[in-house]
Amino acid sequence: MTERLLVDPDVCIGAGLCVVAQPRVFDQDEDGIVTVRVESPPLDDDIRQAVATCPSGALSLRDDGSP
Amino acid sequence: MRAAEPVSGTTDQAVPEVPVYLRRDEFTPSPDLGRLREAGRVERVTTPFGATAWLLTRHDDVRAVLADSTRFSNAVRDVPQPPELDDLTEDERAPLRFGNLLGLDPPEHTRLRRTLTGEFTVRRMRALEPRVRRIVDEQLEKMARKGPPLDLVTEYGLLVPSLVICELLGVPASDRAAFNAQTIRLIDVSVPIRERLRVGRELRDYMSDLAERARLAPGDDIIGMLIREHGRDLTHPELAGLANFLLLAGHETTANMLSLGTLALLRHPAQLARMRDDPAAVAPGVEELLRWLSVVQAPVARQVREDTEFGGVRIPAGDLVLLSLPAANRDPAAVARPDELDIGRGAVGHLAFGHGVHHCIGAPLARMELNVGLPALLQRFPGLRIEPDGVGFRPSHVFYGLSQLVVSW
Ligand code: HEM
Ligand code: HEM
Ligand code: SF4
Repeated sequence: MTERLLVDPDVCIGAGLCVVAQPRVFDQDEDGIVTVRVESPPLDDDIRQAVATCPSGALSLRDDGSP
Repeated sequence: MRAAEPVSGTTDQAVPEVPVYLRRDEFTPSPDLGRLREAGRVERVTTPFGATAWLLTRHDDVRAVLADSTRFSNAVRDVPQPPELDDLTEDERAPLRFGNLLGLDPPEHTRLRRTLTGEFTVRRMRALEPRVRRIVDEQLEKMARKGPPLDLVTEYGLLVPSLVICELLGVPASDRAAFNAQTIRLIDVSVPIRERLRVGRELRDYMSDLAERARLAPGDDIIGMLIREHGRDLTHPELAGLANFLLLAGHETTANMLSLGTLALLRHPAQLARMRDDPAAVAPGVEELLRWLSVVQAPVARQVREDTEFGGVRIPAGDLVLLSLPAANRDPAAVARPDELDIGRGAVGHLAFGHGVHHCIGAPLARMELNVGLPALLQRFPGLRIEPDGVGFRPSHVFYGLSQLVVSW
């Protein structure tokens, strides 16, 4: 079972905490909304930290069903 | 924002008492709050406006309520207004609501909030940092020229955030002194509420003029940006209201953090030295100060939209819940040795900026002001010390702070 990072820009409130936690993976567009700089990034502690602190629930980890 | 400030405490006493969630002994929140939290109890408190609210204190509960804007609404209905506001006409009342992000739920909230998020990105904050540094340095220079003893609350804490907001909103330099005097009056709790509402009206009129002028020649500031990018989605009152709201939300909160943060460090000299001398200690130190001080004692009350339960108590739809941020931020279930200030403890996920869709939009700015303003002060005046009787804690209020901090160096 592998986990995958899910990002939902429609939910993002632009708090930017993800960018603070892991700037290599997360960025913000002109409107402050989250963007992802790398496809399927390895889930390091900084990403887990970003997911845990994201105040809007825009970031989540999902089991992608693969073995 | 509106009527939801409970007055009753947990202990029965004849004297009218500060409500339990606003009570502190210097830095320490009321032990009654800790007792409620440890017992997992949810207590009913009565607001001065005749409404009642349930007080939540556990980190998990507070976070869960803030995360769920569907079941816990900011658009409070059918709750008594503060008596001071009872005789306001609808015309007087309406402007209080314009731009008030904290009184809206999604999707209205989302629409208004998204017009602002682009102004507070991490990237824009980095671009703003040199301007904040300049404001801080100029203020420190003025203090040095004036010489000790002086009151840090009025000479530094209140001024820096106000000047930063002027910069952000594009208030012209010639207006700043008058603007500062007004904003400081607006947030002074010892000024009668009627007078504060009058000052608030003047400031709103000022913002409205500022927005009017900006429509003709939009500048490089937030108002200019909002006009360029959202000029057609935002009505004029909304624009002026948003500017005003940013002022209210970003001034006193940051001011109190600067002053209280300085005092907290003066009381913990070893940690002060680290904040002053080790640049790597600053950002985590600011987070710990945010947690430990929790200057916003309670976010605005939320209204329960469907029956729910906390601590074995059934809370019916329509009731209000109040959330204690100091209690949540000192919950031993979330933080080890919660009552100790420890700037080296690392990320703990505090709730000082709230959580969920209303999470403080100014958090990146506030963090930057503190990351710049605290070490700069300590470096400029390495011999900083408190004058005898120099410390005054403010009577309890939703924004906890100091009335004075007289220092020498
Ligand atoms: C346009 C902006 C705002 C206006 C006009 C405004 C106005 C008011 C008024 C009239 C009251 C009740 C009277 C009083 O106790 O002074 C109040 C209470 C309160 N305000 Fe605001 N406010 C604004 C922004 C904010 C912001 C940004 C915050 C939080 C960060 C905030 C937090 C509170 C809280 C916690 C209360 C106590 C009542 C409650 O819990 O609902 N306000 N505000
Ligand atoms: C250290 C300083 C600050 C603290 C502790 C703080 C704390 C908070 C908290 C706890 C909330 C959530 C209130 C709730 O959920 O009811 C909030 C909301 C807000 N804050 Fe701050 N704040 C600070 C500085 C600022 C600054 C500098 C600005 C802007 C210039 C700002 C603008 C706002 C706005 C606009 C909201 C409402 C967001 C929304 O409803 O979507 N704050 N703040
Ligand atoms: S932390 Fe969450 S809300 Fe904030 S910018 Fe990142 S995704 Fe958006």
